[in-house]
Amino acid sequence: MWEHSFRDKSAERRLFRSRALTLAIFIFLMLCILAWRMAYLQINLYEKYKDLSENNRIQLRPIAPNRGLIYDRNGILLAENIPSYSLTLVPERVRDMEQTIAFLDQLIGISERDREQFEKRQGFRRRPFEPVVLRHQLSEDDIAKVMVNRFYLPGVDVEAQLVRHYPQGETFAHVLGYVGRINQQEQATLDTDPETKRRYSATQFIGKLGVERRYEQDLHGEVGYQKVETNARGRVIQIIERQDPVPGQDISLHLDSRLQKLAEKEMKGMRGALVAIEVATGGIISLYSNPSFDPNLFVTGISHKDYSSLRDNPDLPLFDRAIRGQYPPASTLKPFVGLAALNSGITSWNESIDDPGWYQLENDERLYRDWKRSGHGKVNLQRAIVESCDTYFYDVAVRAGIDNISPFLAQFGFGRNMTLDISNALPGLLPDRDWKRAKRKSFWYAGDTVNLGIGQGFMLVTPMQLATATAVLANRGQWQVPRLILAHNDIADEIPHGDIADIQLKNPQDWEQMYHAMEQVISGSRGTARRLLSKLRYPIAGKTGTAQVVGIKQDEEYDSESLRERWRDHALFIAFAPVEKPEIAIAVVIENGESAGRTAGPIAQSIINEYLGGAEG
Amino acid sequence: MANTDFSRTMGSGHHQHGFDRSRAWFERMHIDLILFLLILLLAGCGLLILYSGSGQDMTMVKRQALHFLIGFIVLIVVAQFPPRFYQTVAPWAFAIGVIALIGVLVMGVGAKGAQRWLELPGLPRFQPSELVKLALPLTVAWYMSTRPVPPRFFDLIKAMIIIGLPTILILKQPDLGTSILISASGILVLFFAGMSWALILSMIGIVAACAPLMWFFVMREYQKQRVLTFLNPESDPLGSGWNIIQSKTAIGSGGIDGKGFLQGTQSQLEFLPESHTDFIIAVLAEELGLIGVLALLILYFLIIMRCLYLSSRCETLFGRLLSGSLAVTFFIYVFVNIGMVSGILPVVGVPLPLVSYGGTSVVSLLTAFGLIMSMYTHRQN
Repeated sequence: MWEHSFRDKSAERRLFRSRALTLAIFIFLMLCILAWRMAYLQINLYEKYKDLSENNRIQLRPIAPNRGLIYDRNGILLAENIPSYSLTLVPERVRDMEQTIAFLDQLIGISERDREQFEKRQGFRRRPFEPVVLRHQLSEDDIAKVMVNRFYLPGVDVEAQLVRHYPQGETFAHVLGYVGRINQQEQATLDTDPETKRRYSATQFIGKLGVERRYEQDLHGEVGYQKVETNARGRVIQIIERQDPVPGQDISLHLDSRLQKLAEKEMKGMRGALVAIEVATGGIISLYSNPSFDPNLFVTGISHKDYSSLRDNPDLPLFDRAIRGQYPPASTLKPFVGLAALNSGITSWNESIDDPGWYQLENDERLYRDWKRSGHGKVNLQRAIVESCDTYFYDVAVRAGIDNISPFLAQFGFGRNMTLDISNALPGLLPDRDWKRAKRKSFWYAGDTVNLGIGQGFMLVTPMQLATATAVLANRGQWQVPRLILAHNDIADEIPHGDIADIQLKNPQDWEQMYHAMEQVISGSRGTARRLLSKLRYPIAGKTGTAQVVGIKQDEEYDSESLRERWRDHALFIAFAPVEKPEIAIAVVIENGESAGRTAGPIAQSIINEYLGGAEG
Repeated sequence: MANTDFSRTMGSGHHQHGFDRSRAWFERMHIDLILFLLILLLAGCGLLILYSGSGQDMTMVKRQALHFLIGFIVLIVVAQFPPRFYQTVAPWAFAIGVIALIGVLVMGVGAKGAQRWLELPGLPRFQPSELVKLALPLTVAWYMSTRPVPPRFFDLIKAMIIIGLPTILILKQPDLGTSILISASGILVLFFAGMSWALILSMIGIVAACAPLMWFFVMREYQKQRVLTFLNPESDPLGSGWNIIQSKTAIGSGGIDGKGFLQGTQSQLEFLPESHTDFIIAVLAEELGLIGVLALLILYFLIIMRCLYLSSRCETLFGRLLSGSLAVTFFIYVFVNIGMVSGILPVVGVPLPLVSYGGTSVVSLLTAFGLIMSMYTHRQN
């Protein structure tokens, strides 16, 4: 080590000391920078970071209210809430989404569809760290499997929630409608009003159709809140403050489960609808459309397969025929046309006409045929109703004129939705001169009136409207606006009447006369519904109708055998009972049912017997 | 052994306090009592902070206490060997370290996209870079102490090659943070040896010029991501920005006097990630506030100053160079860690010395203090 001998030890030391001092000063300055930085964060930015840390920790979580229950008139539960367990993921907490889902698939099975839905849900309406549902309706087994493996599944949780359930299934599907998950469009609508946005801040389901939609406001309830302290994984450590949600109101409907089930049973295998109304109150005691569907499928999201099988079913199970099916009223319109003719003064119960089997307008060669080719001979109004004579009504309709008939029919609610609480019911079509000019760009011809006389041509009615008109008829023109709602937590007594005037006939005796004629439809030896007589337990007044599905040319024979089933006539039947003091009014439409006396009539009769017979039936 | 220490003569000249007597006794045992007590105090504080930062996990605290126990034993043992011994073993340790680093690249065990561990049959798994952290300053100090002072240019070039070799190998793992720290410990030796300011400034210039080249040719995607996140943490608040946002929130919300020990919501409710390792200072800042942070900074400052003082009092040039380098490297750890957690430096995986949980780090830091004590206490007659 020769260098040692040349070294100036004290110079070395001095050099080192100066370097060390330089670094000591440098280190001091650098530590001051750190101290300044910390002081800046902890003093200058204290408020900001204090809020941030509070926001991290404290969350205001809305709590969804329990949806109100729905009962029928006898207190039977139609819609309830049952607990359901869902598998949820907080995407921010899941380290490897693909791997996690694959593992869950291995554990409890995650379908392709679940995955699709999950992707979709992740896309919209999400607060950060809000759990997203991956699978609904976990079994006890599934829950156990997930819980055991929870350590390997960060961000995965099982959540219990109440889900709507319809214990009666298909029986009430159309009338009750169903709830479903709030979709993007509905969310956007809810968000436009801060008040509804607040009310729905925790809500996942909303009434989509039917009663569920109409009474959404009442069923929904008031949102609650809780202020919680959570850890970084979103787990609640403690509840700081809580305001309980107010459950939605329970509602009772006029609907009668017995009748509804009977309607379902009687209409098995048919396409059609049935509407029954309590005459005294306007309460809708049965509203059924067949075929129906299981509303429970829709609640947590219907699968593509289930939905397309419903949508593509040629019998259209999703179509609510009772309020949206529009049919020509056919001969069921005759009692109303008859009253219109009487009230306009152009005829009386005593006047008869001669029916050769056809009717002809003046200066027109066209023959309007009666269903009975040989004609009914001498007919008055009573016989024309009982035997459903077309020629008679061709004649009185033309003589009374469209300007008398159309406004008179309007008084029975034709051409508009007169229900109190069925907002999506269709209005049908009550034609008049103005309508034809506006919509068809054409004059009203006398031939149009001829067709209207027997309920054919332009006019369309829904089963709901037929039942309503029948109830008004049975109630001597007194309106009780048809309604589903029976009672309600708040508004049990104040149910509005609707803006329609009661019907005043010039001769009130005409009501009784018409009832008598309609009773003869069943009990008379030539009545079109005389088949019902064998099972008659209560005096029923009714009227049959047969609506053409395809136009039949003037001289063509109607041959049902040769027509495909779908081209057969629709069978219609309206009735009320008991005749002296009507309690129930009913309308039944069976598509392609052909003969009202054979199909629609017996169904109406069994509903009436059940309703009036009660326990003994 | 009793003839050289100036401070001791000063002390003994007036009153023989009990403290001075024990200091003298400890010095004979090759331990500097002041530094030892300061480290002991830091270790105690570290364990307390760790108790809170680990979510009050007593098992973890006990294990860390065991690390300290082993570390202090190593410190005492290391302090017993004279500087000459370390001068002799330095090049060998360096050679083994470099070979091990090559071994890591060839057959290393990976974690989080980087190969840092070496597993040899019959030996516990270890990180060769930990060995090099000490072996490199030892070697450079040994080399420079055999050269004239101030160093000549060619000696500096040779020293730079010694520094560059392990630096590049660690950079390849890739571990940017460690390679910067290791090269810094070597360069610090050169600085203490009296490398001229002109050279120092031109080196800083070269590094500044190289930074863009590093970005394009050396840095991996995850490293670039860290830098980008550092520049704008809010760009990815739930991803890589999460850590830094949460740590700043923890620090800032602590205020001047903190939320109270074990009362930090950010750390106790697990919003703060890595709260027992790299981000542990945020736990202290949240719970004990600025006061706690300043106390810790002062403690670090005292330790570093004591080390620099001891190094300036070393008898050998080798001892001065090594101690000075180790003392300033210790400071760099402190600065990089706190700078990173408080958001003025990008996130690099550097633990807070003697506070963050981790056995390797504790033992190697205490070994370094053992070396400093050895350099100071062993005197040639």
